[in-house]
Formats: sequence, C-alpha cells, structure tokens
Amino acid sequence: MPSLGADMEDGTFVEWNVEPGQNVARGQVICVVETQKGAVDVEIWEGGVLAKLIASPGKKIPVGQVMALVATAGEDWKAIAAAAPSPLPVGAPPAATPVTGATERPAAALAASGAVPSSSGRLKVSPAARRRAAELGIDLATLKPSGALAAVSMADVESAAAATKPPDRQTAMRDAIAAAMSRSKREIPHYYLANEINVECAASWLEKRNAALPIGDRVLFAAVELKAVACALRETPELNGFYERGAFRPGTGMHLGVAVSLRGGGLVAPALHDVDKLSLADLMVQLKDLLRRARSGQLRSSEIADPTITVTNLGDLGVETVFGVIYPPQVALVGLGRSTVKPWVVGGAVAPARVLQATLSADHRVSDGMRGARFLVELDRLLQQPEGLA
Amino acid sequence: MSMSRDEVRNALIDSILAVAPEADFALVRPDRPVRGQLDIDSFDFLTILVHLHEKIGVDVPESDYGKMVTLDGAVDYLARRLGVEPAKT
Repeated sequence: MPSLGADMEDGTFVEWNVEPGQNVARGQVICVVETQKGAVDVEIWEGGVLAKLIASPGKKIPVGQVMALVATAGEDWKAIAAAAPSPLPVGAPPAATPVTGATERPAAALAASGAVPSSSGRLKVSPAARRRAAELGIDLATLKPSGALAAVSMADVESAAAATKPPDRQTAMRDAIAAAMSRSKREIPHYYLANEINVECAASWLEKRNAALPIGDRVLFAAVELKAVACALRETPELNGFYERGAFRPGTGMHLGVAVSLRGGGLVAPALHDVDKLSLADLMVQLKDLLRRARSGQLRSSEIADPTITVTNLGDLGVETVFGVIYPPQVALVGLGRSTVKPWVVGGAVAPARVLQATLSADHRVSDGMRGARFLVELDRLLQQPEGLA
Repeated sequence: MSMSRDEVRNALIDSILAVAPEADFALVRPDRPVRGQLDIDSFDFLTILVHLHEKIGVDVPESDYGKMVTLDGAVDYLARRLGVEPAKT
C-alpha cells in the first residue's frame, strides 16, 4: 500500500484492474484504493508480470503492507505465485457486500460474517429483526447472530445497516485536512512574503494568443501562472522538495500540486508533473484533465504523492491575497490572488494595469526570506516576458 | 436554424448543470453575476463554453466573456449571436 501523503495511515482496497500473469509497466494503473482524499487509481512503481494479487476488496490495508507480488525480468511468475502463502481464509466472499466507498467503517466485518450462514443453511432470526431487516433492505443471509441466543436480533440488523451506510466522505476529507494542517502549523516555522506583480503584459499576450485559437484550445491564465512558478523555482530549488527526518530533500522535478477546491467542500492538491518542461498548450491539456479528474474523484496515486510544492490560485472569483499553509512534508506554498485593474506607474505616467498579489509561504528550517524574495522577483521577471513561457 | 430564446436558455442551463450539478436555478438571481452564485471558476466557465459550443454551435470569443456575467445577460448575448428573434413583449 503506497503512502499517498504524510497523513495517510491506511487505505481501503476497492478493486484490481489486472489479473495474475498479466504484464504490467511501471506507472500503469493496477488497482483502486479508497482514501480520505477519495478513490485513487494506484499506479505500480515496478514493471514485470503480476504473480499474485493479495489485497482483496473491502479490506483496510496499512501503508507499507504487501498488496501484490510481481515477477521481475527472469523470474517465473507461476513459481512465485505457488510459493506465496494463501492470503485469505478460504471462502471469504468479498464480493458479497458493496465495497466502493467503504472508508471509515469498512464492510470487511460484514463480509467476513457473511461467510457463515448456519451450517444447515437456515438462519435463526427473531421476527422483529426480520421485519426490521426487510424495512432496511438488509439481506438476512449476510447477518450473523452476535448474542447468546444464536439468533439474529434487532441489534444485529441495526448494526449491519449502519455498516453498509456510505461513509461520510466530507467528514473523512475534513479530518484529513485538519490533520495535515495541524501538523503543518505545529511543526513548520512558516515565513511569509508578498509581492504585487503587474500581469497586464502577460494577460494581453495570452488574450491575443487565445483569439486565434478554437475554444477547446484556449489557455487559461492559471496555466501561464503555473508555468511561471515552475520556471522561477529553478532559481530557488530549496523551495521545491520535502523536509523529512530533520533534513531537506530536493524534489526530482517541478511537480506542482494544484490546489483544487471541490464542490460541496474540501480540497485536493494533485500534482502536475515537470511543469517547467511542458509547453503551454500541453500544460493546459494536462491541467484540464487533472481538474476534471480531481472533481470527479479519479486521481492517480502519483498525482497524490508527488507534489514538490503547492500552488493555490484563487482565480478570478476570490480575494486579492492568500497566504497559504504549507502541506507537509513540502517546504513552500505559492499563493496567487485575483487579478484586478489598478493604477500603475509606468515611465512617470499612471496607466491602468491588471495586477495580482503573489505570495510565498516557506519553511524557515530550509530557506530564508532573502531566498524566498528571490523566487518572487524571478516570478515577476518571467511574467513580464510571457513569450518565454509558451 | 431557428432556436427560441427558451431553447437558448435551456441549453445554457444544461451546460451549467454539467459542471455544477447541484445548482438550483430557482434560487439563482438572473440579474446578478451568476458565477459567484454558483461557484463557477474560470476553468468551469471555459468548460461551460465548450459544452455550449458542442450543443448549439455558438463560439464565444474571450473578448465577449464580459457580456455573459448574469444569466439574463448571457441568454441575451447568446440569442443575439445565434440570430434569435428578440423576445416579444
């Protein structure tokens, strides 16, 4: 089970997309796991032949536990599969209960109990319990008596009903945000910087560019901002990476976590990979795909686990300035506010210009204000030469 | 092609519902900025326009985004662009 963020302790297994004997390539989506951030498509980090699938639907699996065995080049997958101990008690029927969406209260207990209807095939059920089960739509065959009477009671039916209720995704996500942000404020000595940037030049350059493009190819200003942030980070690599076990580990690329607020509350900040190396058109295609999947709850494990820095962009609906809270173990967060038209002095004359507030929240254990300032100044410089960001 | 004003309005509402399925148009003030009422960010707005383009073939240039601020304003603008007869009063 991969760790999809510092705050993740376990995940509930949903389903396999692959079969034993199948070839898999590094980065291929092989299964789906339900986390506090929603259902995540898990990518395999090593290629080979899948020998044995160990994780089963509905099971809560701690981070680090084996989910499957993979035969690498030169290994015989059948031999590996045969040598592996059988992971599950025979007859456990994971498919007996719905498993999607089971997070806090996994259906595992229910699934396990479903394995044992009485040996005669008939189950003793009190009349009241039978009525209640019918009302709630609970299948009596999935129940197991818990009391001394060896008959299914009203309480058994009620607890089964509670266990099959969809978990409260909102609550789970709120808990995850609370845990990560509390840790951040407890452990990370933040410092904050802000700089007003004139984006008139970049915004009008983009408008001209978009005017010549069909609607599906138009680029949002947010994409220009992301590209500028990624390129500016080349100057200050100490803002891009992780603080772990008392030391800074630089990121292996500019993988920007894009903060996406979800309808109905909560947010996720999945990664766009190697943003500094993408053309603006490719970046826009990837951004659209990422936003769409973030909102429909179809993110990939690498997108959840890889961000080396987070960018929060309030777009054109929000306020002018945002000072973010760093998402641990990252060491910086860039906040971009709403652009507004303001009077701006150019060559001794006042002219209207679109202006936005760029802010940086950074970890003082890793960098100082002087370096953070350098990042914001570089960001400003890059946005004055938008052609260089295409 | 002849489309009524109501059809334009319905197409717009369908496109908005595609990105904001929880939107309740009984509560939306048609004369106030619609994006703030429904939390439609710039990405959602672009998605709505792409949807509208597919549905009723209208291409809204970026320079006209300012004419689509309110629901009523957007319907007026789209109807004009599609050559729909003005509403009879």
